[in-house]
Amino acid sequence: MVKYLLLRIANYAVLLFIAVSLAWVLAQTQLHPRQLFEVRNPPLDPQSIENILRAANVSDQVPLWDRYVTWLKGIFLHWDWGSTPGGADVGEEISRRIWVSFRLVTIGWLLGTFLGVAIGAWTAVRQYKISDRVITAIVLLLVATPSYVTGEVSKMVATVINKQVGFQLFLFLGEKSTGTLPDYPLAELVDRVQHMVLPTLVLTLFGLAGLQRLQRGLMLDALGSDFVRTARAKGLRENKAVMKHALRTALIPTGTYFAFQAASLFVGATYTERIFAFQGMGIYGVDTISKQNINGVVAVTAFGGLCYLIGAILADIMVAFLDPRVRLS
Amino acid sequence: MTDFRIVEEPEILEGSPTPITPASKRLTRGQLVRRRFFRNRGAVVGLIIIGLLVFLALFGGYVLPWRFDQRDTGAYYKPPSVRHWFGTTQAGFDVLAMTIRGLGKSLVIGFLVAIIQTTMAALIGSSAAYIGGWYEKAWLWVIDLMLVLPSFFLIAIVSRGGPRGSYAWLLLVVLLAAFGWQLSARVVRSLSMSVKEREYVAAARFMGLSTPRLLVRHIVPNIASMLIVDVCLGVGYAILGEAGLSYFGYGVQAPDTSLGTLISEGALSTTIAPWIFLAPASLLVLLVMCVNALGDGLRDALDPTSISGGQA
Amino acid sequence: MTATAPFRNTRQTAAGDVVLSVHDLHVTFPSEAGPVRAVRGLSFDLKAGETMAIVGESGSGKSVTSLAIMGLHPRTARITGSVTLHGKELLGLTDAEMSEIRGEDLAMIFQDPLSALTPVYTVGDQIVEAIQTHHSISRSKAWQRAVELLDLVGIPNPDLRVKSFPHEFSGGMRQRAMIAQAIANDPDVIIADEPTTALDVTIQAQVLEVLKTAQRETGAAVIMITHDLGVVAGMSDRVTVMYAGRPVEQGSVDDIFYAPRMPYTIGLLGAVPRLDATNKEPLATLKGNPPSVVNLPPGCPFVPRCPLAHSGCREREPELETVGPDHVAACWENERIRTDSLTSADIFPTQVLAPVEKAVVEKVDQEVVLSLENMKKHYPLMKGAVLRRRVGTVYAVDGIDLTLHRGETLGLVGESGCGKSTTLLEILNLHAPTEGRIVVFGNDTASLKRADKKRMRRDLQVVFQDPMASLDPRMPIFDIIAEPLGVHGWSKEKTEARVMELLKTVGLEEGHANRYPQAFSGGQRQRVGIARALALEPELIVLDEPVSALDVSIQAGVINLLEELKQRLNLSYLFVAHDLAVIRHIADRVAVMYLGKIVEIGSVEEVYNRPSHPYTQALLSAIPIPDPTTERSRTRILLRGDLPSPANPPSGCKFRTRCPLFEGLTAEQRTPCLEAMPPLVTAPAGEPVALESSGVPQRVTTTVPEGGVETDHVVACYYARPVKVL
Repeated sequence: MVKYLLLRIANYAVLLFIAVSLAWVLAQTQLHPRQLFEVRNPPLDPQSIENILRAANVSDQVPLWDRYVTWLKGIFLHWDWGSTPGGADVGEEISRRIWVSFRLVTIGWLLGTFLGVAIGAWTAVRQYKISDRVITAIVLLLVATPSYVTGEVSKMVATVINKQVGFQLFLFLGEKSTGTLPDYPLAELVDRVQHMVLPTLVLTLFGLAGLQRLQRGLMLDALGSDFVRTARAKGLRENKAVMKHALRTALIPTGTYFAFQAASLFVGATYTERIFAFQGMGIYGVDTISKQNINGVVAVTAFGGLCYLIGAILADIMVAFLDPRVRLS
Repeated sequence: MTDFRIVEEPEILEGSPTPITPASKRLTRGQLVRRRFFRNRGAVVGLIIIGLLVFLALFGGYVLPWRFDQRDTGAYYKPPSVRHWFGTTQAGFDVLAMTIRGLGKSLVIGFLVAIIQTTMAALIGSSAAYIGGWYEKAWLWVIDLMLVLPSFFLIAIVSRGGPRGSYAWLLLVVLLAAFGWQLSARVVRSLSMSVKEREYVAAARFMGLSTPRLLVRHIVPNIASMLIVDVCLGVGYAILGEAGLSYFGYGVQAPDTSLGTLISEGALSTTIAPWIFLAPASLLVLLVMCVNALGDGLRDALDPTSISGGQA
Repeated sequence: MTATAPFRNTRQTAAGDVVLSVHDLHVTFPSEAGPVRAVRGLSFDLKAGETMAIVGESGSGKSVTSLAIMGLHPRTARITGSVTLHGKELLGLTDAEMSEIRGEDLAMIFQDPLSALTPVYTVGDQIVEAIQTHHSISRSKAWQRAVELLDLVGIPNPDLRVKSFPHEFSGGMRQRAMIAQAIANDPDVIIADEPTTALDVTIQAQVLEVLKTAQRETGAAVIMITHDLGVVAGMSDRVTVMYAGRPVEQGSVDDIFYAPRMPYTIGLLGAVPRLDATNKEPLATLKGNPPSVVNLPPGCPFVPRCPLAHSGCREREPELETVGPDHVAACWENERIRTDSLTSADIFPTQVLAPVEKAVVEKVDQEVVLSLENMKKHYPLMKGAVLRRRVGTVYAVDGIDLTLHRGETLGLVGESGCGKSTTLLEILNLHAPTEGRIVVFGNDTASLKRADKKRMRRDLQVVFQDPMASLDPRMPIFDIIAEPLGVHGWSKEKTEARVMELLKTVGLEEGHANRYPQAFSGGQRQRVGIARALALEPELIVLDEPVSALDVSIQAGVINLLEELKQRLNLSYLFVAHDLAVIRHIADRVAVMYLGKIVEIGSVEEVYNRPSHPYTQALLSAIPIPDPTTERSRTRILLRGDLPSPANPPSGCKFRTRCPLFEGLTAEQRTPCLEAMPPLVTAPAGEPVALESSGVPQRVTTTVPEGGVETDHVVACYYARPVKVL
């Protein structure tokens, strides 16, 4: 198993390297940081623009291959992911933002997974009953709703509630308040919770919707399987046979999904970050493109790819953990 | 979508192997599929609404009271009313007319992307499965590679650097399709693999059928139902994808407009004029919901092993 | 039982009393086409310790019955009637009440042991769960009992294997574990639903033996649901025959087999090819198919297939009528059957097919149409999903020699995994095997060019096992049969005429041409498959288990058709099957394969009457014969364990790990078996010895016959001796 995992990781490393290199080529050829400086007022002289661009290794006057070698050397020799056209360090920015993203997505992701699995399994058992039909309809609605719509709508509703209660119950700008906090115990924690409720809700609904559909389908398959019938023939009551045999087996593919989702959320919470003004990885990716930040966008891409691959490996481990058929072969 | 199974035959109940007797009226496959589909109310409603939306998008200009570029001077930021059903914008444009125009673009993009990406998936997936060897390995590797990259950023980079003008959205279609076929191709490949292993394919091979003829006669027709469903669900993904990009300004560019660009503009004024946001947003959700419901319904109707379709 | 006592020593019902009583059971399901009346009025009493078989073809309602008794039927089913256990009514109990009974008093064994065990729990966990659900005993005690139960059902090293997961068990072992789980709480009634259908014959023999042991140990009554009349003859005391959801005959096993009074029972018994049959008369053929139980017309449902039917039969469905002590039958003509003592041959005339215009000259010559010379097919054994690497070699076919003459049928038999299907595919592929030669119609496949291959495919055709899988579901029958004609460039008009002719030849109607395969029953589909194979007038047809997926009454018709076609068209058949009774009926010569090697080959009479290889003997003795008296007096050779993996075959003789003969040898005598696979030599002459007689086997002294293995009966065993098995 360990050897197998190592081989897999090696294979992924190669894949990731090529993928990031491709992204690098794409960014270098499609983005034009020179434009940033050419429109400055008062205008900068071409030589100083060139110097700035060369310092960031994004000058289109340097041959592409040379820029590539410089970029690779920076990464492999100094773990230096380059700088923005303005000269700020990309690596530093990212290492800060990773934690912002992490704080943003963790609760929502766990909550969404748990609720998705629970509701999915529950509705499968109650297939075609009113509760199943209602929930399935709601989930169909949620799946069709992109998170920027959920986010904006939740903000509108929160604004109305805030007006009704007469004070700022829900806060939706950033992770925490910037000004001075009121003076009561745990004020800082309460403030953070007030900021977290809405984005967490959005992410929870997002995760819940996908998982409910998946889990309901898996559970229906498992419920119709022979081994559940065997369990019933042994004298297990319906609920116990369902929980112990059907759900346990139906969780195996969910494990894969869970792992993949965990990784993709780091760069995938872009809309939520934008709407609730979190300075996370996703929004950074978007900003780097609009700000012609070549090194930044490549670093974000690399981080996204890495997350995906970690997710893939996690998924392998998860399945091996959940499924003895995989574990023992 | 990976849980899609190959369509084999309408289920024959354990209790009734129905042999041919002149007396028993048997349903053809088409009749059965139709019957199963129309029993699924959600899918039927979805189909009807999609039909209506397509009609509106095509002929909205003739049916609706306002045109998208018609300014109602004196009605700025007006909430929904009898005069303007969905309200007006800051500049006095009718939100309904604009939304319907955006809907048209979203629909065109959605269907184009879905058809292109499913065609790619079908060609690549089935040929990889059938030819095998290095050809298959190479494609699988390409698929892995493209899945590793966060497609959203790459599409944004290219579409930002791409050409402007009234045909710029075509580039977007190509990009969305180029990053959208991989998972479907994997499904097509694994389905083709199992079709390839079937005895009727072996029988045809032992009869002396050539490879291309075998692909066309036996393999592709037997995964056709999966492809139909894939197109349908692909429409939903593509519309959401386009809207997501447009939300950040990387999708459809002015003077063109789509549901995504309208949502993104509306989001700026949710506090003073929420209708500008809510109209395109709800239409988007409605559209994607209907397309998904239609896809689910088709899958259940076409896939005899589907439990949800087997409700007696 | 064994060390730990069973949970209940006093039975609620004394031996000989009725434990389970079913009265007028009806089960109806809603369906697309209308209500499915799966069971229509079943009644029986099951006495303690007794075994009752429920026999019927697919769709007869036998499995639905078992689920209804257990209360595990789908919720949509509507059930009426009465099911009483120890006098207590079970229908209408709540799930909680029923759960008390299930697994404790009523246990069930399911058909497919792979899907019937939960993949994520160990076998031990699942048995312990069965125990702890009904008895509050400690986990370690329950675990200990699980080990004992596994020991009882014959799992080697039970204390280790108890921690295995189901996928680590072979099919036979899984079914043993199922049985262990079913008897864990010492039930009063065990319902076994086709418990051995998914297993190979030698494994089936083992499992049936375990089932008998389990019954003896628990004293439980058994309901045995099966379609295999041989199993019925060997296992049961009483029999219920079901047809279209209704019991049509019930009685003691002897009554049913020796004095059947319902034409369906008679036809079924006449349709089974028998292993011990010496004549080669055509089998009784029941025309048509079992009816759909949706919208049944009034009258006896067997009418369309019954040669004795008259207008009265069409009007009213006969009730079960007492025809003897403890023997009931539902047939208006049962009295006539008794007085005229009608047999299957009297009632069911053998099917006569439409004459073929082409005159065929019977040519019995020595022309060889197919020969394999030391043919080997090895596969790489790959592992890993991303980086696939070779971890070994599968020796699927490991050097076999075969010849097939014109007009001959060669049967190739063996259990799953023996390499018979690989052999067949290698021949069909028409390319060079891993080693050795395949010569078809005098051409070595290694030297064939594309055009040659295409030409040869005209003369070499195939019929597959699963008639559903071998017909493209999206093509109408006409296109399916016409496809080979199209490939070989037939004109449209000629094709049309040919397809119609073929439909008639295989006993289908022209009107069927526009229908899709799913509109046909299994037997009809297989006829379509045969028509397609015949389309180009081939000389050699390779048949891969062509009847094993069919119901008994359908199977006979297809076998008869194949025999008749062979005679009329002077075809040669390579007939691959696992059913030795079918092979005996249809083949001229038979080759027995084990782990990629042929261990015995000879004329059917020789091999069946004087089987000389211990494996052939075991195979023949494992097959149940549909004759209760014979079954009661037979002794079986039970092989130990399962077929070894073809990726890791034993050294020396491949059969030695399971060989009963090898077991009785001294260390010195064993030496040759350990050293090399024995060569094929002429089978020793002499009268076959009785199965029971032991004694030290003699080393065979004959050498490899000159000029290969053309002699009539050869065997690959150092200690071969003919034994009388049948």
